[in-house]
Amino acid sequence: MSLARVLVPVKRTVDYAVKIRVKPDNTGVETKNVKMSTNPFDEIAVEEAVKLKEKGLVKEVVAVTIGPKDAAEILRKLMAVGVDRSIHIETDEDLQPLAVAKVLKKVVEKENSDLVLLGKQAIDDDSCQTGQLLGGLLNWPQASFASEVNVEGGKAIVKREIDGGLETVSVQLPAVISADLRLNTPRYAKLKDIMAARKMTIDTSSLADWGVDTTPRFDVVSVQDPPTRAGGVKVESVQELVQKLKNDGVL
Amino acid sequence: MDKKGIMCPDLIKQCFEQGYMGIEVSDELGGAGLKFMSAIITIEELARIDPSVSVLVDVQNTLVGIPLRKWGNKAQQEKWFPRLCTDTVGSFCLSEWTSGSDAFALKTTAKRDGKNFVLNGSKAWITNSGEAGFFIVFANIDHSLGYKGITAFLVDGSNPGIRVGKREDKLGIRSSSTCEVILDNCVVSEEDVLGEVGKGYKYAIEVLNEGRIGIAAQMLGLAQGALDATMPYIIQRQQFGKSIASFQGVQFDYAQIATEIQAARLLVYNATRLQEAGLPFVKEAAMAKLFTSNIAANAASKCVEMLGGVGFTKEFPVEKFYRDSKIGQIYEGTSNIQLQTIAGFVKKDYE
Repeated sequence: MSLARVLVPVKRTVDYAVKIRVKPDNTGVETKNVKMSTNPFDEIAVEEAVKLKEKGLVKEVVAVTIGPKDAAEILRKLMAVGVDRSIHIETDEDLQPLAVAKVLKKVVEKENSDLVLLGKQAIDDDSCQTGQLLGGLLNWPQASFASEVNVEGGKAIVKREIDGGLETVSVQLPAVISADLRLNTPRYAKLKDIMAARKMTIDTSSLADWGVDTTPRFDVVSVQDPPTRAGGVKVESVQELVQKLKNDGVL
Repeated sequence: MDKKGIMCPDLIKQCFEQGYMGIEVSDELGGAGLKFMSAIITIEELARIDPSVSVLVDVQNTLVGIPLRKWGNKAQQEKWFPRLCTDTVGSFCLSEWTSGSDAFALKTTAKRDGKNFVLNGSKAWITNSGEAGFFIVFANIDHSLGYKGITAFLVDGSNPGIRVGKREDKLGIRSSSTCEVILDNCVVSEEDVLGEVGKGYKYAIEVLNEGRIGIAAQMLGLAQGALDATMPYIIQRQQFGKSIASFQGVQFDYAQIATEIQAARLLVYNATRLQEAGLPFVKEAAMAKLFTSNIAANAASKCVEMLGGVGFTKEFPVEKFYRDSKIGQIYEGTSNIQLQTIAGFVKKDYE
């Protein structure tokens, strides 16, 4: 029995290859005129959803993004690799994970999704919260940091990457699964499909239409470059090492 | 691939899968339905990594795709394009041992035999021939007519009268196959004549004019690729307490290269724009190929120098770009031929 719909929330972030610069006022990272792309972990989530569809386990892959007008570009690219339908919730606001999760909850309810597959975190803020918050709000089981996903008999068997190694969990569907790096390698879109995706429609709405309270819950105080690497020091003995660590307040 | 001089079959398969082998071919026949500029950009981008793969895609789209699209009849297009877009590599067989720049002095004959033609002769320097399953062969049906007897024939690789001979062991673009193609009592039907009998010379000239822009794009990509491989290294490498890239002499070198690449890019894109707009572009195409092949050879050479010792080793990709660049000044019309072509147009402008 195949699942009806998989929802893949995707985020438009600064492209992973870009050398980012901190804004002079330290309020954030410079994004003007900088190349933007789909968050790599979300691309991996899309690839997994498309693979599930190819295996006949899922009928339809739906992508959703919350972002400015230009975010539609990433949806087109994803439709070229197998996303069947996409939803664009337009806003110029920078939403925080809880707000995103609340909006996604409404999308899930509207779409009647059976499974949410998303990247474990976005490479711009590295929050790693949206998937988990969404699971909580929906009161659905969740399996994060997935490096392998199998769906059978109304359950998802997920291998998770944890600090100690790999952990296999079984979650009852519907569930939220967040994708980790080694889950798969996303495919390249073929020229023909890129052209075909141009003609597909995207379901566009504004953030206000969804009636969600998106007030920020925390303030970013400052964004800074990491301290420049100072030279290392060689020590002669273990005792010296321990003394140095004590002096630096590390031990 | 470069060492062995053989292209990885899986790579060729992927070029087909990604839709690069029939960029301008219509949707219905299996292509991507895009315009010339898309093909040019594809060729340029591929050349930034490997000019050999770039030329495979270039020949398929320009030398093979353009004549079939312009002069092929419906039956021929429907027979060949689907295959050329999915799994069959094509090649353009004009040059012979005794006729390169003097292309129309070709000796291959095509003797009429009822509803068929029998081709005899041998072609040389044929790109893609090692992997090809489709050949556009130029032969003369009657040498007493001079070049007006030259006719283009579409030959299936499975034809027992055509075979691929010696594979050249080259300085550069080594994994692109360059072989002899031998026609030995190769029987083709009159349905396999491309366009009109005796018009082959005209088709060849026209195709080569457009193909020239493709080669220019390949050389452009090559120059860019060489610079891309060089800059990060020279920025990071230090001598005498500062990065190589901060020495004025070196700065002058890469500033020059970058400027030449920019100029080349505009020449290539302008020629492409003119072709797409249906405006005259032959002079601009010749200029693009001439200029780009020269600056690419220069860029690759300078990049090897700027990299220093490592640039001379195979551990860095730049020595390959240097070797690959040389062919740009030779094939699809030598630099001297380009100069002659341009001179002809310039003189005409003032007459």
